[in-house]
Amino acid sequence: MKPAAFDYARAESIAEIGTVRVIAGGQSLGPMLNLRLARPERLVDIRRLAALRGTAEDATGATWGAATTHAEVEDGIAPDPTGGFLQGVARTIAYRAVRNRGTVGGSLAHADPAADWPVALALAEAVALTSAAREIPVAALVLGPFETSLAPGEIITAIRIPRPAAGTRHARHKLVRKTGEFAQAMTAVRSGPQGMRVVLGAIDAAPMVLDGIAAAREAIAALSLPPHRRAGLAACLDRAATEVGA
Amino acid sequence: MTRVTLTVNGAPVTAEVEPRTHLADLLRETLGLTGTHLGCEHGVCGACTVEIDGAPQRSCISYAVACEGSAVRTIEGFGEDPVMAALREAFSAHHALQCGYCTPGMLVMARDIVLRLPDADEARVREEMSGNLCRCTGYRGIVRAIMAVLQDRR
Repeated sequence: MKPAAFDYARAESIAEIGTVRVIAGGQSLGPMLNLRLARPERLVDIRRLAALRGTAEDATGATWGAATTHAEVEDGIAPDPTGGFLQGVARTIAYRAVRNRGTVGGSLAHADPAADWPVALALAEAVALTSAAREIPVAALVLGPFETSLAPGEIITAIRIPRPAAGTRHARHKLVRKTGEFAQAMTAVRSGPQGMRVVLGAIDAAPMVLDGIAAAREAIAALSLPPHRRAGLAACLDRAATEVGA
Repeated sequence: MTRVTLTVNGAPVTAEVEPRTHLADLLRETLGLTGTHLGCEHGVCGACTVEIDGAPQRSCISYAVACEGSAVRTIEGFGEDPVMAALREAFSAHHALQCGYCTPGMLVMARDIVLRLPDADEARVREEMSGNLCRCTGYRGIVRAIMAVLQDRR
């Protein structure tokens, strides 16, 4: 289908964006526009804003501009302080042609309940930096399906990923009916000196953060999801837990 | 209407478009480049895949106005490309197309794999091609054709 008509402008700076709907890569918003699930009157394009591009790395971690693409993470152009975990997650997002345009910040702000970054970046204890000078832990950013704690007119400008302690291990598995499809279940597990951390995703709600395998098992059992998706979460949990040696 | 200036297959193009016009409609309806095909129009089927600024992207969920200043290359723009020539031969030899509707998108993606992942095995090729759907020939011939080109270049 074709989108309903909208006005369009390219932002020249973050300051001038205002409270309108923004579009970056448009790889989630584009389908919603074409299907007329979204009908904004006006879109402001922030994809090429210099302030949202570029990456940096130091001893404490890495910072990715919000308009960093999934492919830039996949290809190692964006530094990955988790030693390849985030790079591996990037490779499983949709398809390469989508990853070449879709952005990490856009994925977080869109907050699709089946999305990969809200889960993987919550596991890594990443923080979203915003245009309102706030620092929002990714685990607190997504409130529910397509709902975030961003205020009207506030956009994500960068993502800060802390460098984990030596000996930290990460794993993530998801249940998809076909490579690149939306996940029906997703579980990420981190083990290391800071203890266990588990994130459950694709649960039709905000990702859940738990502090151990047993707590995660109890949480999965209590979710009101179809049995095959609860079984999928449990299977993904088992695989990820085995991989991190838990 | 919004004016957009970009290059398509190396030639400068200026067009007046509605902001809601996706790149594929600009290519097909305004420029007459009908080699880019539209299947699902929401980023799932891969038929509309073209190269934007050197990387394969979906032209159905990339709006023309958002491609200001970009270099777009459609299937019509690969006539002299040696990798694409090898892929065309291999697609023919391995019966990698029947109706041909998905083929332009398949070829753009296949060329990206050949250049970006020269060591790819069959499983990787299948993973990388998962965003391009074929509804008649099936995938065996397509995967064989891409593997043949990869192996020839090793």
